[in-house]
Amino acid sequence: MTPDEGAGWQGRALRDEGLARRLKALACTAPLHDLDARKVRLDWCEASVYQMAEIALQVIDQVTIAMDFDRGADHDDVVKRVLPFIAAQAPDRDNDEYARVAQWVLDNLINVGNAERGFRSLYGTFGESGAYERRVFDFKLIIELVSPEGEIYLRASDEAINVLVGALDTDVESAQIAAEVKLANLVKRGRLSDAQLAAQQARYRTVQYAETLRRKLDATKRDVRSVDWEREVPDLIDEALTHIEERYRYENAILVNITQAREDATDPVHKLRAAELVQIVTECMRRHTQLQARLQEAGTTFRAEQDRQQFSGQVRRATVDLFGHLLAPALSLPVADATRRALAFFSGVAGLALPRSLRLSSLVETLLALPVEQRVMDELLEPDLVPAADPDVFSQEQWMWSDSLLQLDSMPRRLSGLLAEARRVDPDLPRLVALRVLYALSPEIGVAIRQHDPRILLAVDDGTEIDDPEFGGTDLLVETALIKNLPVIQEDVA
Amino acid sequence: MNETCSLQDVTDAARLLGLGMRPKLQPARDLIYADLVRRHAEDDSFRDLVESVAEGLGLTVLAVSTRTGVVLGATDQSVFEYKFDDYSRRVSLGERRGLEKALHGLAHMAVAAMAFPRPDDLADDTYVGRVSVEQADSMVREACRALEEKSAAAEESDDPLEDAPQLERVWRTYLRRPETSRTKDGRLAPSTTRGILTKALRFLADQGFLVKVNDEYGETYRTTPRYQVQVRELAAERAFAEFLELGVVRVTNWSGSLRVAGVSQAEGAPDV
Repeated sequence: MTPDEGAGWQGRALRDEGLARRLKALACTAPLHDLDARKVRLDWCEASVYQMAEIALQVIDQVTIAMDFDRGADHDDVVKRVLPFIAAQAPDRDNDEYARVAQWVLDNLINVGNAERGFRSLYGTFGESGAYERRVFDFKLIIELVSPEGEIYLRASDEAINVLVGALDTDVESAQIAAEVKLANLVKRGRLSDAQLAAQQARYRTVQYAETLRRKLDATKRDVRSVDWEREVPDLIDEALTHIEERYRYENAILVNITQAREDATDPVHKLRAAELVQIVTECMRRHTQLQARLQEAGTTFRAEQDRQQFSGQVRRATVDLFGHLLAPALSLPVADATRRALAFFSGVAGLALPRSLRLSSLVETLLALPVEQRVMDELLEPDLVPAADPDVFSQEQWMWSDSLLQLDSMPRRLSGLLAEARRVDPDLPRLVALRVLYALSPEIGVAIRQHDPRILLAVDDGTEIDDPEFGGTDLLVETALIKNLPVIQEDVA
Repeated sequence: MNETCSLQDVTDAARLLGLGMRPKLQPARDLIYADLVRRHAEDDSFRDLVESVAEGLGLTVLAVSTRTGVVLGATDQSVFEYKFDDYSRRVSLGERRGLEKALHGLAHMAVAAMAFPRPDDLADDTYVGRVSVEQADSMVREACRALEEKSAAAEESDDPLEDAPQLERVWRTYLRRPETSRTKDGRLAPSTTRGILTKALRFLADQGFLVKVNDEYGETYRTTPRYQVQVRELAAERAFAEFLELGVVRVTNWSGSLRVAGVSQAEGAPDV
């Protein structure tokens, strides 16, 4: 591609949202593949027989199915429900192992090792200026939430539901309609196995839709003033009610259709499938009922909250609106800017830090006091340990001394003489000198040539015994060899 | 000061400040304290003296009353200043330090915003706010979601750049943080948003600004008059000044301004 063509191509690729969406969708599946890639490294079982990605999908299924308005699945419930599936993959293993595998998969889907309990993937797009830029996509598959009673439960994220049903990045409502039209068609044509798939998709969509509505209703309940009750919420409720009405009609039709199919079917497999479908559709309808009940409560909630919150006297003096002036703008700022503002607020609100002064009379008592037990909040960091650097055995100075000692000007010297001289300088120096001379017995001449060293130290054994208080062995002859240019290496041994 | 003041006066002024440094002490329960507070209200020269001593110590007198006691703020670089690094010494290590700082700082804003939802509440001396971990977390999340929806509506590609995590919008990082997480020993995980908020609430309770009511909704606290003064006279002012500098604050109608919170509705207000 020539630069000119490149520029044109870039122009077309500018802000290709579709590409970014597909890259993100692709990223959502990565954690599942990752499970299979990492299973061989598990040290507590031989995990190659387990299809981890399949188990992961089962886990996400179970979590999704258990999601309703108030809460989702419990950790232990989910583990229990996927056990039969795991057992089917490896019938000869025991239950403890199945449970452990299930827990492992669940933990990895939550990504418990990560502070944000999520996954992160990089993708590239072309920015406003046309330059290629790498962006970070953060997503979660399974989210831990806490119920009003303080129990922790699980919900599948939107990303997980999208990965699961394969309909990536689509509009909730239209996808639901599409799925149900497909289902109706399939049932009509008698293709039941496809119909089951579509029915399941419809159920997930229903759950997802309910989840969106739940958030809206929660917001209303918490803070009347943050929600537009003149238009937005009434519209939303209207829409939702219309939606439910339509779905009722539609699903009733489907139900009749499938029930018919169930009665007519002679093939036991078809009969079973149809029966499952009936169950799924009934389940969908149950969810609609639940949603409808919530919608009806919303108005009452609003009025009660309004009574509670709306009555207030006149403003007494001008003050800052903490939410509207501080918190909301801070949330919309980039992290770096927000940090400064948030810290300014903190410095004002934190109060005084009283410097503690120690008196001699209380010193002993203070020293003997039991350590204050760590409050819940201070995180115990697990540090990444870098192996400690090997401390230098010899100091810089000793190296310099040994350098000058081994600077032999064309006169070979005995090791014993060098050692004696070194000992006069520093009692540790002889060891360094001895080591360097030993190394010189078989120096790496090739390396020296590559580095263009002008000379190299050589030691030669001529059989003389060394006479030294510290060292024994041969009294080596030490000399310097000059290295001449390649290819001829002439050792200048004087 | 022109009038002569005796050594005894200086001692009394310093004593009053000293009492103010013990946030859980109340004038209503301490005769000497109550006496000094009364003197502060009635004796102008004594009031000047108290302020001078405070200034010398690097303190600002925010309020003196029977209800609040003496509320003091530390000036910049004062020995009494509470350093953020001391607050989260062990929490915010590592390369994401900036982000952790932002989240911890925001938690304090959220607590204050939840405690005083309307400007009226902050201005009304008799108002007692209530704040719980759960409420505060839900409120911030709701605000974040509103921003998310707004961003989605504007079709901004807001995923942060790989090499510039500091430019990521705060709401995204907050939404991404789990609200809770199951830990092996059943304790609250400190890096979750509820963990961060719980830390803020407990800290404020330790500082004498909040009083724990019960364990409902995470943990529920009520505000003390000192906290109201501290937020109104110092924290909000300081942070507000920072925002004004940035030019992101919009003037809102003073009478019912939390309405502005719903982000999208703030559009109509004129810029500062």
